[in-house]
Amino acid sequence: MGPVTANLTLALVAGALIACGVYLITERSLSRILIGVVLASNGVNVLFLVASGPAGGAPIIGLTPGPQMSDPLPQAMVLTAIVITLSVAAFVMTMAYRSFQINGDDEVADDVEDARIAELARADLASESYEEMGFSDTGEDVVSE
Amino acid sequence: MNNLLAVPVLLCLFGAGATFLAGRHPGVQRAVSVTAVAAVCVVAGVLVWLTDSAPLVLWVGDWPQPLGIVLVADRLAALMLLVAALVSLAVLVYATGLDQDEVRRETPVSIFHPTFLLLVAGVSNAFLAGDLFNLFVSFELLLFASYVLLTMGGTKDRVRAGSVYVVVNLVSSALFLVALASCYAATGTVNLADLAVRLAELPAEVRGVLQVLLLTVFGLKAAVFPLSAWLPHSYPTAPAPVTAVFAGLLTKVGVYAIIRTQTLLFPTEPLSLLLGVVGIATMLLGILGAVAQGEIKRMLSFTLVSHIGYMVFGISLATSAALAGAIFYAAHHITIQATLFLVAGLIQRVGGSSSLDRLGGLARLSPLLGALFLVPAMNLAGIPPLSGFVAKLALLQAGVADAGPMAWALVAAGVVTSLLTLYAMAKVWNRAFWGVVPEQATARVTTLSRQGRLLPRLMVGSTLGLVVLALAFTVAAGPMYGYVERSATALFDRSYIAAVLSGGER
Repeated sequence: MGPVTANLTLALVAGALIACGVYLITERSLSRILIGVVLASNGVNVLFLVASGPAGGAPIIGLTPGPQMSDPLPQAMVLTAIVITLSVAAFVMTMAYRSFQINGDDEVADDVEDARIAELARADLASESYEEMGFSDTGEDVVSE
Repeated sequence: MNNLLAVPVLLCLFGAGATFLAGRHPGVQRAVSVTAVAAVCVVAGVLVWLTDSAPLVLWVGDWPQPLGIVLVADRLAALMLLVAALVSLAVLVYATGLDQDEVRRETPVSIFHPTFLLLVAGVSNAFLAGDLFNLFVSFELLLFASYVLLTMGGTKDRVRAGSVYVVVNLVSSALFLVALASCYAATGTVNLADLAVRLAELPAEVRGVLQVLLLTVFGLKAAVFPLSAWLPHSYPTAPAPVTAVFAGLLTKVGVYAIIRTQTLLFPTEPLSLLLGVVGIATMLLGILGAVAQGEIKRMLSFTLVSHIGYMVFGISLATSAALAGAIFYAAHHITIQATLFLVAGLIQRVGGSSSLDRLGGLARLSPLLGALFLVPAMNLAGIPPLSGFVAKLALLQAGVADAGPMAWALVAAGVVTSLLTLYAMAKVWNRAFWGVVPEQATARVTTLSRQGRLLPRLMVGSTLGLVVLALAFTVAAGPMYGYVERSATALFDRSYIAAVLSGGER
């Protein structure tokens, strides 16, 4: 069932595509991330071609004799993966556009709450005790937003 | 009887279509989605009963075996399905109460119900999937629904949180595909039972690579320590019912996938050392994160991460007693974590905030809310005789029985985490439920209760339902634990493989 020989060129192409994709995904801008995701998923699709073994004829009974057929199962999987990538790309684009509408850019922002906690930790070093800092009966926030 | 396996998924998918068409009629939408999920609960209950004698197998579309898509339910899958369906039902009822009187711009009613049903369909399919590719598709189904639910309303915070969540999950999906392609290249099959047979014939190195790849993918979904940073970042901003269902179900689907693949595909290499270290790190770092938080939903997100560590604890020991503990823990934790997030929604409603600095005296404002929080909070920390205690005790006993150095380290970390959970919950109790009532809260509560909208009956009722469900785990601990033990034993006796490959009835 499995391939006897793997196609080195295809494997290298897959590797290069995934590497470029990973590089782009580490960027902050959602549109670059999107390009990265598309590249990486194309790389993965090529990997499925490696997995399916040597290329053969169209896997249609009556058109190609059995042993010369290429394996249809990975092709079905790739097809599913392509459809999923398409919809994901559409969704990420919507999100990038929404982010652009709200913030004026499409960059993935830092977590505000993380910054609050870090500030709390800094305040803690300077104060007598954390509980006193937290229990402000004035109703005012200890941490400025 | 085997056709019953397709029912949960189909019901949800048809329900999603129907609610989508009925977008302008919120009443119809509510009726359809609640009926669909309630029916899934019934079917799951029947499956739990049926699978106790033998696993059920359904070859969808009757393609040549083992090439076609197969749905399999053994005890583990059926139990997870039942608990997940019950929790989804409660969350759905809660959301119904919410959208009747909460701000409509926050949760656009017309897309909530179809998306929620798709999510439940994805989760059910993931539990029933008998091949790796079907598992991938169900993950995508539930992830896509979760992307929509998480960014619903498109506010600034939700888009920020959503971006992180989406990108992380896109990477994990790509990795899953790499793992799939590698499995297929190495064995020529993606059917789990068939894979289990063929992987055993492979060289250990190849098998190791596949195992670590799959573990990374599912670890990301389950939010296991080095792969958990995305969770507290993305969950807290979503509406309460959405966070509750995510917290309850999505990470547990990852845990389920880890249990399934580890025991079925790689029974000879449990990777105890790696999983043990990861489990300890998840428990301790997660709970330390929770203790530092000053916002209830974020704190709960960190306890969620931390308690995933307990399930990893059970998986790493790889004995049937430890896995029984992990499975019981998963069932308990799905319920309890969802309950707590629903309660956090109620707290936000009564107190006007979920930040500990702005809350106070909630127990005086609403004693009912106090009880609704206290019981699941103590349950999470593992106070006897609640189900959290039963689950933790089972894990600790399995650890002590194993008696290796790693097992003792896990036991120690488990006890410390349990204590720190108690500390975190006590912190919420002290600062939100005791103390002085802030002035604006008094005014708010007076206005809301004059309108009779303080604690809507459906929201309280559904939360109460989940609290009672968790208590039922204690009352029925004996029979339930027996069931869990049988399901853990079955994970090791290859009955799953036998049931699938014998070509069960069509």
